[in-house]
Amino acid sequence: MNFFEIIKQLAEVDSDVLGRLDSRRAVFSSLGTAAKRGAMAATPALLGAFFQKAYAGTSGTKVGTIAEIFKYALTLEQLEADFYKKMVDSSVFGSQSAAAQAAIRQIKKHEDAHVALLSAVLTGLGSPSTTTTTFKASAFPADWTGQLQVAQLLEDTGVRAYKGRAGDILAAGGAADANVTGVGTVNPLQAALQIHSVEARHAAHIRYMRSQTPWITGSGDLDGQEHYKGTTPESTTTQAGIDLLTVTSGKTYTTAEAAASFDEILTPAEVLDPVRAGALVG
Amino acid sequence: MSENLQPGGPDGTQLAQPLYVPIKRRSFFMYAGATAGATALLLSSCDDDDDVTPPSLPVGNSVNADGSISLGSGDVGVLNYAYALEQLEADFYAKVAATSGILSGTELSYFQQVAAHEAIHRDFFKKAITGAASAQLLRNLTPKYPADTFTSRAKILETAKAFEDLGVAAYNGAGKLIQTPAYLVIAGQIVSVEARHAAYIRDLITPGSFAADDQVDAQGLDKAWTPTQVLTEAQKFITEKIDGSKVGAR
Repeated sequence: MNFFEIIKQLAEVDSDVLGRLDSRRAVFSSLGTAAKRGAMAATPALLGAFFQKAYAGTSGTKVGTIAEIFKYALTLEQLEADFYKKMVDSSVFGSQSAAAQAAIRQIKKHEDAHVALLSAVLTGLGSPSTTTTTFKASAFPADWTGQLQVAQLLEDTGVRAYKGRAGDILAAGGAADANVTGVGTVNPLQAALQIHSVEARHAAHIRYMRSQTPWITGSGDLDGQEHYKGTTPESTTTQAGIDLLTVTSGKTYTTAEAAASFDEILTPAEVLDPVRAGALVG
Repeated sequence: MSENLQPGGPDGTQLAQPLYVPIKRRSFFMYAGATAGATALLLSSCDDDDDVTPPSLPVGNSVNADGSISLGSGDVGVLNYAYALEQLEADFYAKVAATSGILSGTELSYFQQVAAHEAIHRDFFKKAITGAASAQLLRNLTPKYPADTFTSRAKILETAKAFEDLGVAAYNGAGKLIQTPAYLVIAGQIVSVEARHAAYIRDLITPGSFAADDQVDAQGLDKAWTPTQVLTEAQKFITEKIDGSKVGAR
């Protein structure tokens, strides 16, 4: 129950815990005993704060290396790529409209390309990925409506996840061009941004297919899901200390307009939390 | 995160620091104007002329010898660059939102939302730059459009698509020029909204073209353009001549 004792125990099993760790899951698996897990589970509120601190995506303080950040991105891309593979392979796919099938195939093509690019860069950096993340079969909806819902949540979460590491990539020196063996010149920050906006295009289209606004207003049918919440929820209307509702003199915007005008970040701990992508990894 | 950018906030002084670094003595490069070709030509032939005394003008709004307005250098240059593009987008969508009988009811409603987003972006940058480096805030620009821009759905959509895809490419290309993490995150928060707009408008023009192969390459990457590339396109819609040659320069 003692929070400081938990941190101390974590530090014993992993001296880097106060800096950065690969994933929230790694923390749990590195704990030796069930007793320790129990102790952690007993303090959810404090634990949440602790993880947010330890994994703060854009804190600008202690951050991961480019390889660590790209492995995180690869995990999410593999999850997406496998999800769309399951969609295309699904028994209901063939009965959808030609336009819907084409859209899903186009998105899948991009996710596959992202997996290939990130994998190649990691190999070139001398830090090849050894794991393949798959979408949990039991979490895959049998029906088309359910599949599109998951697609929207995955894409909108992906957008937030990339955004959440932008500051880390900058701090890790990723704004400079790197000559990556087998790939050529790569600017890690720019490449991440170029993937990020493609994910946003995907998200917008999936939302459009589902008769939702392409942007996140807060009144969508899934906007109450955890994927749109977190430390900095999508409903945020203040940016950099500036109130967006009243940013234009003589005019007041609606909450929906202000919230939709800026997307928000998610930290790795938030993305990999079971309430979001964490529960979809199989 | 967000309070890091707050003018006068706890970290305000430290984070704003790069913005207070005075712009270095204007180089000859800036006088040469925004056209890369002309710049290179002049540079190659006028090596000894870079000691010309610059006229005394406010930074950020400084007018170069050819009459162009400098966006400035470093992070403030990037912020002014974004501010310039958002001024253009906001003006365009305000005019679209004021049309009637051209777009369908749903389309007009969506474009009015986009108009609000872009106006918020514009005024956010105005306020943020004013708080961090008020002396370097870019002046109000004067957008201009081909005469038939607001007369048909096709023209409106075509112009909107050009602006949104350009905006995405601009932010994607500017990210690596930003030195302050908080500004980078802000840019990331805006660019994904621009990408959502772009996807929507593309789908209106050609259903399913939200991320078509003309925009997303074989590696699954969206476009990323330099300020010079972007301003060459944007300049067609801005009356004042803009010089972005120093944007992001250290």
